[in-house]
Amino acid sequence: MRIELVKRPQRSALFGAISPLIALALTIVAGAVLFSLLGKNPGTALYYYFIDPLRETWSLHELAIKAAPLILIAVGLSICYLSNNWNIGAEGQFILGAIAGSILPVMFPQFQNAFVLPLMLLMGIIGGAAYAAIPALLKARFNTNEILTSLMLVYVAQLFLDWLVRGPWRNPEGFNFPETRTFHQFAVLPEILPASGRANLGFVFAILAAIAVWFMLTRTLKGFEVKVIGQSPRAGRFAGFSQSRMIFFAFLLSGALAGLAGISEVSGAIGQLRPTISPGYGFTAIIVAFLGRLNPLGIVAAGLILALTYLGGEAAQISVGLSDKVVRAFQGMILFFVLACDTLILYRIRIVRPQAAAAGEAAHV
Amino acid sequence: MFEDILITIATAATPLLIAAIGELVVERSGVLNLGVEGMMIMGAVTGFGVAWTTGSPWLGVFAAIAVGILFSLLFGFLTLTLVTNQVATGLALTLLGLGLSGMIGENFVGLPGVKLTAIYIPVLTDIPYVGRLFFGQDPLFYVSVALVAAVSYFLFYSKAGLTLRSVGDNHGSAHALGIKVIAIRYLAVMFGGACAGLAGAYLSLVYVPQWVENMSAGRGWIALALVVFASWRPWRVLTGAYLFGAVSIGQLHAQALGIGVPSQLLSSLPYLATVVVLVLISRNKRLTLVNTPASLGQPFVPDR
Amino acid sequence: MRKTLFALAASTAVLFSAGALAQEKTKACFIYVGPIGDFGWSYQHDQGRLEVEEALGDAVETSYLESVPEGADAERALERLALSGCDIIFTTSFGYMDATNKVAAKFPDIKFEHATGYKREHANVATYNSKFHEGRYVQGVIAASLSKAGVAGYIASFPIPEVVMGINAFVLGAQSVNPDFKVKVVWANTWFDPGKEADAAKALIDQGVDIITQHTDSTGPMQVASERGIKAFGQASDMIKFGPETQLTSIVDDWGPYYVERVKAVHEGTWEQVDVWAGMKEGHVVMAPYTNMPDDVKKLAEETEAKIKSGEFDPFTGPIKKQDGTEWLAEGEVADPGVLLGLNFYVEGVDDKLPQ
Repeated sequence: MRIELVKRPQRSALFGAISPLIALALTIVAGAVLFSLLGKNPGTALYYYFIDPLRETWSLHELAIKAAPLILIAVGLSICYLSNNWNIGAEGQFILGAIAGSILPVMFPQFQNAFVLPLMLLMGIIGGAAYAAIPALLKARFNTNEILTSLMLVYVAQLFLDWLVRGPWRNPEGFNFPETRTFHQFAVLPEILPASGRANLGFVFAILAAIAVWFMLTRTLKGFEVKVIGQSPRAGRFAGFSQSRMIFFAFLLSGALAGLAGISEVSGAIGQLRPTISPGYGFTAIIVAFLGRLNPLGIVAAGLILALTYLGGEAAQISVGLSDKVVRAFQGMILFFVLACDTLILYRIRIVRPQAAAAGEAAHV
Repeated sequence: MFEDILITIATAATPLLIAAIGELVVERSGVLNLGVEGMMIMGAVTGFGVAWTTGSPWLGVFAAIAVGILFSLLFGFLTLTLVTNQVATGLALTLLGLGLSGMIGENFVGLPGVKLTAIYIPVLTDIPYVGRLFFGQDPLFYVSVALVAAVSYFLFYSKAGLTLRSVGDNHGSAHALGIKVIAIRYLAVMFGGACAGLAGAYLSLVYVPQWVENMSAGRGWIALALVVFASWRPWRVLTGAYLFGAVSIGQLHAQALGIGVPSQLLSSLPYLATVVVLVLISRNKRLTLVNTPASLGQPFVPDR
Repeated sequence: MRKTLFALAASTAVLFSAGALAQEKTKACFIYVGPIGDFGWSYQHDQGRLEVEEALGDAVETSYLESVPEGADAERALERLALSGCDIIFTTSFGYMDATNKVAAKFPDIKFEHATGYKREHANVATYNSKFHEGRYVQGVIAASLSKAGVAGYIASFPIPEVVMGINAFVLGAQSVNPDFKVKVVWANTWFDPGKEADAAKALIDQGVDIITQHTDSTGPMQVASERGIKAFGQASDMIKFGPETQLTSIVDDWGPYYVERVKAVHEGTWEQVDVWAGMKEGHVVMAPYTNMPDDVKKLAEETEAKIKSGEFDPFTGPIKKQDGTEWLAEGEVADPGVLLGLNFYVEGVDDKLPQ
């Protein structure tokens, strides 16, 4: 017996809609088994994982905070991946965006007025884009593999940030601890609804970016160009699209969005620079991009779901005593289920029994 | 002392080399498995656990290989049979591996491990200056070099290797010629898993005989980078792994000598060096294009 | 489906009200920056948590979150802990400082204890830390007594005051025995990477040091020292199992007594804001047994330890010169705790340039 896939003539709208539900069902079953094996009540554990974080307003705010950088970065990455540019260094671009955006509040703390924040955001965008321009330039000019260069530059960015906050940018009043001065009031990203929680404008940026990129992809010539070059560079050339300009477009756009995410995170949720400002958002966003099927609107949903698994994981740790490792392993399982179920959109699954297969072969002959 | 430094570099390079040579075969068959880190850490915890329980490091090594294969089969089932996206699946595999290894290893924390001891050949090992370097290292060091030679021979001088490369270069034509694309890719993925598992065992049985969570500390990613760095050529993987090892160890020596350069700059040298070398290599366009598996990362579903 | 959801909600409601009834129990919560399986910093804090459970039995329940990144995640994790009914929350990493104070403002009835920080912006925030440098001074004394090369290797993590203080104390201890003693420092730029720490140990040994000490968390360096047949000091926990013939002693972070005391105070309603910086005297810094050394060195180490313990001697007592030869502390002068907590310079004898 073996499993065989048969390509559908077109995308199945039905399975496009229900594949996430199948994945959810599988997740619940697998989670129940896993948690029971660990001696926990599966019902309670699943409740804390998926429902408890959604019950309270403050927690919804936290969901938005956690999802915002993931969505912003992933939306940019979707353009890269659709056009066959394998940028996996968004983490570095996030960091450089945060650094460039922090120049004003850290180096010129006396400069305090309403222009500070817009300037910071702009510089963050430029910082991220400029850092992404390095792998883009190397790819366009020397044909250097961008997966590697963008990844290596992540490590360099992390060390650069580390050097800054331990050295030149260290808070003079901070007892020589590695962090910059806290941002002044004009350098802080405003909260959306301060009364009910601390979600900030970063989430708004994320949603706007997703809508804008979605519009570009589906309604403009540029979006068409992205997809043509991605699916067939040859066809792109015949259509008169420039491959190297597309490299720059994709990298600069995703770098800019990652940079915006970086400065938003620093000025919104953290309020200063410190040696580590990202728990790997740039890498998690790669998963988000694919979970959202490289569709900006899908990415919004995927970002929220992934953020939920982090929040739920904490709730389950506290309330049920599931360890952090179980939470991470479970996260991996969820991703597998979602990815596997998406197969159903493009393919039908056929189970072939040995005799039937033999008969089939015979029939072909 | 000089010999000691070279041995230190070899120890730092060997796990990268083993994992990378496995991934090289996987990528030559047209599959991109970003789950190396996950398979590696599973190998590390299994290797440690089995060696600790049985007292035999060799059993640990074989168990780590087996678990690496098992984990890679999970990846294979998803990406090859269910045609899921390889990048996302690989990342998810890493997440699963890091979590699962932590769960399994909870009881191994704080135990002194069992070390796979270095070999000793009378007379040869005692040769001054080079004896221990060539005849006195741990057994897996020799395995790693042998693997490079074997993979190089396999890929470029054997019929099976030619078949594997043709699958990676153009799975459509390979299929048309009657080659079982999926089966070959399964085998390649399993080889990659075995190597990643072995590299993990190297960490927990040779490098630092102990188990702690996340002990692979990003080495799986470096291994992945090395494959591209080497433009998919086995001997260049070896060169790359040793270069990386040499720069990493060199920066520690530079610090111990008291050179007044920020340690962050020194720490970033291996990565910057990789980028520079890569640019130098890739300026020769023809050379890289010839070696890049054209179907890398693309899904394949046989038409009926 | 709906039915099960209701059943779930109902059962949790019961859980919550049961919790309310058993209000007598004090809930102590912990948040760790690393995995509890790191066998270093977070592991030792978790050992402290287990000690609380053991000592106070039915009077407490404990809960923890591990591997919580510093930054935005810390604030959320703390808020969730606060809402889950914790009475006291220990935040065990320097990077949680601002998050701790922010969340403490929202939950005035919950006590917060932040390790290694200095901000106490609200009445319900206390800070605590340990004088690990006291142990490092003793290590320096041992190192200088045993080393034939006259130079020790120091694997450091990050140039924060805590670590710089440790290096200085080690050097001062060593110089009290051998004024020409030198220390080579390698910054690993990580708290935790067994492989890299092991590589750093090898590099130091290859450059001629014959004693290794570390301010990083893994047992990698100990194992390397053991292979190469030299001596080493453990870190955070007793690492004797990793080097039965190698470990001289180890500075053990023992948070248990403090945690027990503070949780008990909350339980009895006597908790007060404090800023604790305790050392050997209070039992926060414990030396693992002195092993693998001749009796006279052992005796010297024990005497030094006793002097520090009794308060008779402080490692940072003048005359001490800075690395550039200028005077820092005059004869008999003792360093001000405020200066120590922000220390960013070396004393004379460190063979390294401090990253600035």
